[in-house]
Amino acid sequence: MRYVMFVATDTEPDRSGDEGIPVDQWVDENDARGTRIEGQRLQHVRDATLVRVRDGETIVTDGPFTESKEWIAGFDILECPDLDEAIEIASRHPMARGGRIELRPFWNGEEDE
Amino acid sequence: MTRARPESSSTDAGGRRPSPAAPAARGDAPAAARDAARDAVDRIYREEWTRIVATLIRSTRDWDLAEDAAADAFVRAAERWPVEGVPDNPGAWLTTVARNRALDVLRRRGVEVDKVKEWMVMDEMRGPGAPTDPADLAAASISAASDIDDRLRLIFTCAHPALPIEARVALTLRAVGGLETPEIARAFLVPEATMAQRLVRAKRKIRNAGIPYRVPEGDELRRRLSGVLAVLMLVHNEGYLASSGDRLLRLDLQEEAIRLARLVAGLMPDEPEAAGLLALLLLQHARSAARVDAAGDLVPLDAQDRTTWNAAEIAEGLAVLDRLDHLDRLRVTGDAGMADAAAGAATGPYRLQAEIQREHARAARADDTDWAAIVGRYDALLELTPSPVIELNRAVAVGLAGHPQAGLDALDRLAASGALDRYHLLPAAQADLLRRLGRTDAAADRTRQAIALAPTEPERRFLERRLAELSSGPAPSDAR
Repeated sequence: MRYVMFVATDTEPDRSGDEGIPVDQWVDENDARGTRIEGQRLQHVRDATLVRVRDGETIVTDGPFTESKEWIAGFDILECPDLDEAIEIASRHPMARGGRIELRPFWNGEEDE
Repeated sequence: MTRARPESSSTDAGGRRPSPAAPAARGDAPAAARDAARDAVDRIYREEWTRIVATLIRSTRDWDLAEDAAADAFVRAAERWPVEGVPDNPGAWLTTVARNRALDVLRRRGVEVDKVKEWMVMDEMRGPGAPTDPADLAAASISAASDIDDRLRLIFTCAHPALPIEARVALTLRAVGGLETPEIARAFLVPEATMAQRLVRAKRKIRNAGIPYRVPEGDELRRRLSGVLAVLMLVHNEGYLASSGDRLLRLDLQEEAIRLARLVAGLMPDEPEAAGLLALLLLQHARSAARVDAAGDLVPLDAQDRTTWNAAEIAEGLAVLDRLDHLDRLRVTGDAGMADAAAGAATGPYRLQAEIQREHARAARADDTDWAAIVGRYDALLELTPSPVIELNRAVAVGLAGHPQAGLDALDRLAASGALDRYHLLPAAQADLLRRLGRTDAAADRTRQAIALAPTEPERRFLERRLAELSSGPAPSDAR
């Protein structure tokens, strides 16, 4: 299965002092395992742009998210057999401690209700 | 993996359990034989349900199909056994009928059934007790060793932490426990449609999010087992004290929790916490008849008629704890170096709570209770899982162990901390120790405070009786 792993900040990071492994090591490990298809760190959320089209008009704003304390800092695309492996991979990412990680499976083609 | 679309995914069909009052099947078997056959269907329903559903989910990966096929097999058994007699191996009969039914449905959906059969064989071969002849599907799917794995797979998947907690509880009762959706809805006081949707969404998430049908391994196993046990504890708690005040006891869910705990403890005999939870639930449930009087009022532990405690449940609960103690002794004598690690794994919060209940079960009269031993268990519990409620219970035990002032001081510190500000049992406990210390006015004050916070009608009535006793005369000096 494929999952997008959203790496996000969190207002309540881990304070145990254990920082886990460096992110480069995490990337190398998962590239070697074939569990990471690709991934990118993103520019700060203040550099984000929102685009909407309403009544034929394109509305561009800097979005309501600039004041938010929790934002997406990066993403990785994982390929793994099931959620438990994706959880294991996510839990080793340093941002699982410094922030939080959201695992979203790719759409499987079935409509939800 | 073939993605089979469920025939009706909008509702949880959750087939009806065959009722013993179902219309008699054709044929003229003697009435007694028909009754015996219906009893047989009823008797084996729960156990075989879990086995069949667990096995079919593994081989088809389709939860609704597994449930429907299992329900169908029981309906056919209810029709045919009264006429044809109960088969020699009812479990194998039901498994075969359910499996054939599932294969039929898959065929009608255009699924390559050969592939499904292949998975059945391949899955079997990966598990323990793999059959030597892959062609022997029937034997494979009723092989006892693989059945045990399947039921554990089912139990762990239902309690997966990626599912919402209410869904874990509902799914465990439905898929593992074999309860029907309307029964579960009634027990949790929610509309049937709400419960059905909860189940549909949970199954959909299992499929869509890739939640594996597997028993976790290594360190993960113990973490996830505590999640499984937490689900059973929630089922029990829901039955123990209804959140709304009218019905104090909902016995069905408590018995269901015991049944499920017995299943998990039996499947995982080396996990002390599984056994600990079973013992805890049994020893608590043993007192349920004594806990409420004929008028529906609460009877506190020290006033209960201990002869009405359920002796069989107490015996079973004590035997489960004895076995754990025995295993500890074997570990200690077996390898002194490993003793510490083993003891660490062996003593968890459920076992400690069960050991507290054991002290009550062993005391023939309330006055015989070894409160000092109970204080010791609470100390151990606080080390493992610090919580203000456990501190409260420990303080009460200290008070009853002959140190009412020390217990009261601990309660006062807890009250000052503000951690249990809205919890009625804190002022109620303070009132009880104040009464024992002869400080009747202060006790009445605290009781009034507790009444204002009491969440259920029976608890409010109980506290009001306490208050009446306090004001109706000088406090009886309590010998304890």
